[in-house]
Amino acid sequence: MGFEGIGASVRRKEDARFLSGRGHYTDDINRPGQLYAFIKRSDRPHARIASLQTAQAAAAPGVVAVFTGQDMAADNVGGLPCGWQIHNKDGSPMAEPPHPVIAIGKVRHVGDPVAVVIAESRQAAKDAAELLEIEYDDLPAVATTLDALEPGAPTVHDDVAGNVCYDWHIGDKGTVDAAFARAAKVVKLELTNNRLVPNAMEPRAALGDFDTSSGDFTLYTTSQNPHVIRLLMGAFVLHIPENKLRVVAPDVGGGFGSKIYHYAEEAIVTWAAGKLRRPVKWTAERNESFMSDAHGRDHVSTAEMALDADGTFLALRVATIANMGAYLSTFAPCVPTYLYATLLAGVYKTPAIYAEVKAVFTNTVPVDAYRGAGRPEATYLLERLVDVIAHDTGMDRVEIRRKNFIPADAFPYQTPVALQYDSGNYEMTLKAALDAADFAGFEARRAAARAKGKLRGIGISTYLEACGIAPSAVVGSLGARAGLYEVANVKVHPTGSITVYTGTHSHGQGHETTFAQLISDQMGVPIDQIEVVHGDTSKIPFGMGTYGSRSLAVGGSAMVKAMDKIIAKGKKIAAHLMEAAVEDIEFDKGTFKVAGTDKSKTLTDISLAAYVPHNYPIEELEPGLDETAFYDPKNFTFPGGCHVCELEIDQETGVVEMVNFVAVDDVGRVINPMIVEGQVQGGVAQGIGQALLENAIYDSNGQLLSGSFMDYTMPRANDLVNISVGTEITLCTHNPLGVKGCGEVGAIGSPPAVMNAVIDALKEYGIRHIDMPATGAKLWEILQANRPKMAAE
Amino acid sequence: MGERMPQVSLTVNGKQHTVEVEGRTLLVELLREKLGLTGTHVGCDTSQCGACVVHVDGLAVKSCTMLALQADGMAVTTIEGIAAADGTLHPMQEMFREHHALQCGFCTPGMVMTAIDLVNAHPDGLTDKEIREGLEGNLCRCTGYHNIVKAIAAAHPLMHGQAPKAAE
Repeated sequence: MGFEGIGASVRRKEDARFLSGRGHYTDDINRPGQLYAFIKRSDRPHARIASLQTAQAAAAPGVVAVFTGQDMAADNVGGLPCGWQIHNKDGSPMAEPPHPVIAIGKVRHVGDPVAVVIAESRQAAKDAAELLEIEYDDLPAVATTLDALEPGAPTVHDDVAGNVCYDWHIGDKGTVDAAFARAAKVVKLELTNNRLVPNAMEPRAALGDFDTSSGDFTLYTTSQNPHVIRLLMGAFVLHIPENKLRVVAPDVGGGFGSKIYHYAEEAIVTWAAGKLRRPVKWTAERNESFMSDAHGRDHVSTAEMALDADGTFLALRVATIANMGAYLSTFAPCVPTYLYATLLAGVYKTPAIYAEVKAVFTNTVPVDAYRGAGRPEATYLLERLVDVIAHDTGMDRVEIRRKNFIPADAFPYQTPVALQYDSGNYEMTLKAALDAADFAGFEARRAAARAKGKLRGIGISTYLEACGIAPSAVVGSLGARAGLYEVANVKVHPTGSITVYTGTHSHGQGHETTFAQLISDQMGVPIDQIEVVHGDTSKIPFGMGTYGSRSLAVGGSAMVKAMDKIIAKGKKIAAHLMEAAVEDIEFDKGTFKVAGTDKSKTLTDISLAAYVPHNYPIEELEPGLDETAFYDPKNFTFPGGCHVCELEIDQETGVVEMVNFVAVDDVGRVINPMIVEGQVQGGVAQGIGQALLENAIYDSNGQLLSGSFMDYTMPRANDLVNISVGTEITLCTHNPLGVKGCGEVGAIGSPPAVMNAVIDALKEYGIRHIDMPATGAKLWEILQANRPKMAAE
Repeated sequence: MGERMPQVSLTVNGKQHTVEVEGRTLLVELLREKLGLTGTHVGCDTSQCGACVVHVDGLAVKSCTMLALQADGMAVTTIEGIAAADGTLHPMQEMFREHHALQCGFCTPGMVMTAIDLVNAHPDGLTDKEIREGLEGNLCRCTGYHNIVKAIAAAHPLMHGQAPKAAE
């Protein structure tokens, strides 16, 4: 066994089961006597439910029950709660219309649940759902972000005038306006951030179980944060106290944010299991995922930069309209505010920033955090704007970035939009990325491609993001209805092996390996003697789950704190056993030593003494070696870096072919380089997907046109290219590991790098901006439209 | 109603099964729900994602796109059936692990089964481009495919009896 501590590319502990078909996902779980739920969903974007007849469906073969929204409301089931309250400019709270688990009276988007059929088999439930008699009175619908604010637009919720959820702002408007008034130049850009469907490969599933003997409920669900689901569903929806409700999130097949939220189906199967006294399982078909998983992004923005004559940024002004969809998903309101507008300084020392954000309701699937959540939108806006500034002023796009970078000696750096960056070195990552991509040699490659009829471009993005959202007191003051700490319970067993229980959750990130390395490094125990347990509220003290690249920075720090307690207690036991003073005991990788002597005890000696306390300081110390720690971070962490994309556009077809992608990221200290590289590659693939391929499109009536894998373009192997990943390190200064987080950097940094490359490839066509996705069809049209002008020149 | 359900007889991972199924039962439903082989996954409803790929008479097939009854008399191999009897991983499984070609693991069974068929069908070698084209029917949302391509390239010589390439 080689080195397997911090810094080693240890092969993953979890892989053996995934590679052998022994993964244990929610839909793989079956309980005796299990029933199957099929959810009848609205095929109307906006309609009054004129009548809903369930008798025929209820009488169909194999059907056990049919429930409607009225049935649940009559049983005192609450609506789905929102976990973050934003306040308007005038201090009043946002509009927070009710979100019934199953629609009552009206449906507000295609996919809104209308009834649930529960039967002995999946097929019987699905067949019977065809027999539901539903009459709708169609209402006019509003589908797009901009249409929501049109005068006279249909209203999604009767009591939300003008469809405005909130009208919020941040920054000093007066200072910004003054800077614009004296600016040598103002550059303005209007842009949209396309709506995406997260599409984790495992469709959501939920299995509710009720123990008739104890009266306990268990929910197995595809969740990134089982404790949050228990809290929200137990307290607000089903009114089940936490001691009677267990939530298990077993192996989860990808999340990317979409499995953070408390969804209707979780409440439906849990409630129905209690009513029917039998387990009830629901598994999404992919078409349901498209119309019921929270979507991502969907912003329309105007950005303006005020510049000095030499290209120094004086002030940034941003106005954004963000689509919330038909209802507020769990964390939706914080995404276009505190996860977006606070990031608008980016890596630049822009002295004044003012942003206003209007969130609107539409007759579409709710929108919430998707990989990056607000930071990709901010980064895309800024990094496209900087390239447009270069375009409009004729300045070099690299030099204008360098001129405005926050210098490496300026940390801690207070931005004008609330955040204080603790560390970073943007010149370092820029230089490393430009070198790795041979940026200097690009023009020769462009010329060579041109000779073959290909338009080659290169684009860069220098970005920063914020992870491990915290501290609890601050986010509470900003409207969060939850704490954002993390919990670790480290148990050293009598014979020295270790189980660590974490409130974070792994759905592809490799926590079972990374956390084992972390424990191994500090405790000196081989990783095959360390078990990492997550995803079960009956085993783990508490936890806030995994999102926002928080698991290592927040969850890992909680483990360090718990291990510190273990070591402190171990020293007392060791001092007793070796008849030395506690102050003289040193601990290093599994061994307790008396300083300056050759006396030592292993961790196993100590754990055995702790659990078999025959010779033990029992008067001062409890037996056992088992410690829990809660860690509430002092600040966000701030990963950043530079992405460089090189690509070619076929002049005849408009099709983009990726040539090279280089990401150099500063994610702080790296525990497992192999896993970090994989996280960045996956994030970059999603970013390239957003830039070139993916688009959730509604028609003007509110029908989702891209509602399947046949219509929504997921990146396939052949759409992508090898993604070269480098890391440069500045340590986070406020957590004990110096780590920053790596799960989202790829999806945040890459879209503007790709789009800047697309625009660069079209240099000779004089194109200033193109909205994502830059599909072959869109580029072909642009090439066609601009060709005559070219010829005339 | 009351009619006897049709039966399908097939071999799965070397074991003979005779099972009653509805005419409309898909092969993947038979595997997951009747035989408890939950390693084969369902990721979509339009035959796009490839999470359900198994081998039928040695060739990669999307088991969501084939009726169980169509497999009558055939030999099916699933992800559970490719390691050696003593548990030694198939070279493709081993290279997926070595090259970190999986994250959440959900697409992995279908990806591995497709990759084995792809390598079997190209004994003379595979370029990265051919591997990417060969994965046309399989979606992965986690890895960006980079490491999957590397793993398949590394498994090729192992499966065709050549010396292993050193992992990076």
